[in-house]
Amino acid sequence: MSNKTGIFSRISAHLKGWEGLLSALIIIIFLLNSYIAPNYLTVGNQINLFILSIEKIIIVLTMAFLIIIGEIDLSVPSIMGLSACAMAFYYKNGIDMGFAIGIGLLIGLAAGAFNGFWIAYVGLSSLIVTLATQMCYRGLARVYLEDKSIGQYPEWFNLLGQKNLIGPFPLSIILFLVLLLIALVILQYSGFGRRVFVIGNNEDAAIYSGVKVRRIKFTLYIASGILASIAGILLAARYGSVRGDFATGYELDIITMVLLGGVSIFGGSGSLYGVFLSILIILNLRNGMSLLSISSHFQAGVIGALLILSVLGPNLTKRILNWNKRRKAIIKSIKNSAEN
Amino acid sequence: MKRFLRRFNPEQIREVFLVLIIFLIVFIFSRLIPNYLNTIFINRLSTSVAIIGVLAVAQTLVFLTRNFDMSLGSIVGVAAYILGQQLWWHPEIHPLMGIGIAIGIGMVMGAINGILVAYGRVPSIITTIGTLAIFRSFLVVYSDAIPITTNNLPDWIVNLNQISLFSFNGFELKILFSIMLMVVIIFQLILIYHRFGRRLYAIGSNPSAARIAGFPDRRIVFVAFLLSGALGGLAGFMYLSRFGNIMVLAGIGLEFAAIAAVVVGGVSNSGGSGTITGAFLGAVLINLLENSLYRSMAVSEFWRDAILGILILLAVVVDYLVIGRLRKIWVREGFQVHMDGSQKKMEDTSNVE
Repeated sequence: MSNKTGIFSRISAHLKGWEGLLSALIIIIFLLNSYIAPNYLTVGNQINLFILSIEKIIIVLTMAFLIIIGEIDLSVPSIMGLSACAMAFYYKNGIDMGFAIGIGLLIGLAAGAFNGFWIAYVGLSSLIVTLATQMCYRGLARVYLEDKSIGQYPEWFNLLGQKNLIGPFPLSIILFLVLLLIALVILQYSGFGRRVFVIGNNEDAAIYSGVKVRRIKFTLYIASGILASIAGILLAARYGSVRGDFATGYELDIITMVLLGGVSIFGGSGSLYGVFLSILIILNLRNGMSLLSISSHFQAGVIGALLILSVLGPNLTKRILNWNKRRKAIIKSIKNSAEN
Repeated sequence: MKRFLRRFNPEQIREVFLVLIIFLIVFIFSRLIPNYLNTIFINRLSTSVAIIGVLAVAQTLVFLTRNFDMSLGSIVGVAAYILGQQLWWHPEIHPLMGIGIAIGIGMVMGAINGILVAYGRVPSIITTIGTLAIFRSFLVVYSDAIPITTNNLPDWIVNLNQISLFSFNGFELKILFSIMLMVVIIFQLILIYHRFGRRLYAIGSNPSAARIAGFPDRRIVFVAFLLSGALGGLAGFMYLSRFGNIMVLAGIGLEFAAIAAVVVGGVSNSGGSGTITGAFLGAVLINLLENSLYRSMAVSEFWRDAILGILILLAVVVDYLVIGRLRKIWVREGFQVHMDGSQKKMEDTSNVE
């Protein structure tokens, strides 16, 4: 019985843990939202929700890797802004749109590599480096566009996010699903992913067992930069115009999605299944609150509370269980001594 | 060289470095900008440093225990708004009572953070990112989109910004700046001489050792957050008197400014090292740069953020490379390096045993 590793037992093992809690939460939110708006639970509506925050969701994938490895990247919204502004600037100066997008992606790569150099090879704290580069990249984005906003892109660029490519799925959603699949395979089922978990658990042990910690961290930061610039370009396509203060403040939403998915902020544990469920929860929760016409600032507060509760709840239950266990043990020992 | 090394320690050298950099910046900009060091500039600088200085002290206390307080911006906003509203409705409130209200409101929010981090065992970055949003949304609901304006406030708080304790040749010691100086001095003394301050360093240097040694580690972390909240409330009071007009978004982004000041000042959140004086100098340095870049015509305003970000990164890199190396020299020379600025010769301790 115990060595049965069928798909059902594996699923039930998942459901007992964090993912189970998240699944229960998502069902509750679905039910509540369906109660508010009768034909809520349709594929079309879910796709719409994803389209409206596809940029954040794409970055969540690399952020999950970075948090599992024990680092963080606060500069992603600024990289989004920088590469979108660079693209807009070069397009405005007469460069072909395809080339301009290429330049944007290259700048994202360079920005990620710059972060990665200081963090992986010099060994500075990722929080501080990315806090500084956040200011830096945002400043460079402003240097590109000053206080102008640039629009009027070619038709095909504007349709990048909206036009349905296969069935009801537009390009951005398909891109996300492909990236999700790749990330899932890499993190959960490949040697690279195993190494990421090992580094997150104990970096010194990883170094001594011959894991190329620096190279892995550097690679992840480059990936983070590239995905951030893809997200920035998609956001430009969806908005139809680019400004210097584009995408500010996205980092908190992104980090919340990762942490709510059960990824430990100290690194070393988490799964992309949980992260995907937490994406569903946050998108649907926000949508439900919008249906009740709750302001976006209040929504942020609710999600903040959810984030704290998601860590506090398990902590408290664990403590109560421990306390109960200890109490039983004491009672038992008292009984034993009484019998003797 | 050895004698020189014996007399100072890395933290003191860092502070000297910061002062030198501040002088260097002043020198460079006074060449670039005619009439750079006029009294208006210095007075303006002193008022804008005041708020960030208090927040840097708050952030330092939390940083020393290996935690973060990301919620400071919202604490400032909430304290400033509620105090402003109370002064609007009850203009007869005594100024000291007003400061008390602001500090009290800040303490309540700091206590929420502290309980969650110290007793609920929620990592501080998660807690304070969460409460950053929660406090802000509380303010949105509470304020009902009604702004506080200068016209609604009693005169004393609007004028407080202008009052100076004494002036010398046009250089004024503003009251807000002197409040900040007082905070810096008091907390620096606490960190050096008081048991609570020493324990902050102990917890930051090695949390599990501190716990095993029997320190009330949870209570200390809780008090650090409580004090951080209280100082956030004080900064809210100063924010209200400086700007007068308080909207829902008041104080947004101040938490990042405080972290930047603390980091440039050399306070580390991974090893219980750094001083309040350093954090204060960091705040002065960043503000000086920001204001100077703002005034110089050669640098467009769009380059400002980029340059500031690069300089903060540079400060961290120099700190890591130079101070880290100096610390190694100290260890090699047989000095026990205390991260807070005191030092003892190793032989002394070995003789005792």
